[in-house]
Amino acid sequence: MQRACTFLISASVGLAIFSMVTLAQAPPQQGAPPGRGGPPPVPLSQVKWEPWNNTGLRAIPQNVEPDGPAPRRDLTGIWDPARGGIGARGARNPAPLTEWGQEKGGTHKSGDGIRQVPADQINDPLSTLGDPGGYPRQLLFELRHVQFLHTPQSVVALFMWERRWRVIWADGRQLPTDPDPRWYGYSVGRWDDDYTFVVNSNGTDERTWLDNAGNPHSNDLRVEERWHRVSQKRLELTVTLDDPKAYTRPWVAIDKLQFVQIPPNTDLMEMMNAASEVQKVAEQYKEK
Amino acid sequence: MNKTACGRLAAAVLLVLSTPLVAHHGAASFDNEKTLTLKGTVTEWLWANPHCFLKVDVKGDSGAARVWNLELGNPTDVTPAGYRRTTFKVGDQVTVTITPVKSGAPVGRLRSVVLPDGQTLPRQ
Repeated sequence: MQRACTFLISASVGLAIFSMVTLAQAPPQQGAPPGRGGPPPVPLSQVKWEPWNNTGLRAIPQNVEPDGPAPRRDLTGIWDPARGGIGARGARNPAPLTEWGQEKGGTHKSGDGIRQVPADQINDPLSTLGDPGGYPRQLLFELRHVQFLHTPQSVVALFMWERRWRVIWADGRQLPTDPDPRWYGYSVGRWDDDYTFVVNSNGTDERTWLDNAGNPHSNDLRVEERWHRVSQKRLELTVTLDDPKAYTRPWVAIDKLQFVQIPPNTDLMEMMNAASEVQKVAEQYKEK
Repeated sequence: MNKTACGRLAAAVLLVLSTPLVAHHGAASFDNEKTLTLKGTVTEWLWANPHCFLKVDVKGDSGAARVWNLELGNPTDVTPAGYRRTTFKVGDQVTVTITPVKSGAPVGRLRSVVLPDGQTLPRQ
């Protein structure tokens, strides 16, 4: 029986994987932008981009040729994590919460993940009020495209989700020692080596959730992002969180999330939680 | 482990692996074993984050109308399947295939829709 059970589970997993692979190999839909339900992960060079309102890759293509060596100290470009950065169920393997963290997290009623409640009871300020998602939720939920621009003093990151930008100061300044909390905190960056840009941030606003599971954070949170340029067309992100007020130890919330570079003239669709719209959506659930 | 338990475990594994990713909320309230096909008239099309909604007035066997509230994904994720802000207008006659909620309320998740011109928009 145990063998039969193993077979059944293996068959189920196999079928699920087969379904995903089959789906991924379905014929491209003409005229549809690349994205969920759009063309499969053909080689990056064969992806058809629309003049306007592209939604993003559905999966990271295995073939990104022609690729080349990573340029030195340069993140310039539009980077697509396909659907790898959505994070619907929250960050993976968060560290244990402190007593303060448990109390704070206990007030969060999320739409998904470990604090999931029925949709009409969700109190996520992002999806029910249209509040800013804030930082670092910007990295842990709906991380879609990010475009990096370099200036002599900074690296500017433009995010598709919420149409937010962040200025990462790279002029040698230090993080503020007693920051006034901000929705998107304070960030400074430096090159750890010629291909790894390290961003340190503090001064976050603890009104925001850490992720879509309603994990909490405090104003004391410190974040380290490591943007590693693997090659000309590949980038990966690792994020480490250190919040001793909310968590019992530092932990890695994102581990080498993969991005590929898409054409620099790609127009992206708007994607944001407008306050009037999210409140109307929330009303739909109240009607249920 | 008996055969029934084994089957349930396998089904659970399959369900977990095949459940579509929904960015805003989970799918626990939906009866994923059930599919309904309904014909009706569009009363509202809400194109919004974090979810789009299509409201369809469906007449039952008794002739009484019931408005179904049907959820889709967000605009970014349904666009590749062909949905647009202008896809529906009030009064359109459509045929929808849906996954209803378990409670029996006239609420569901849209799987596909046949538009007035006969075009079918697939599952998001």
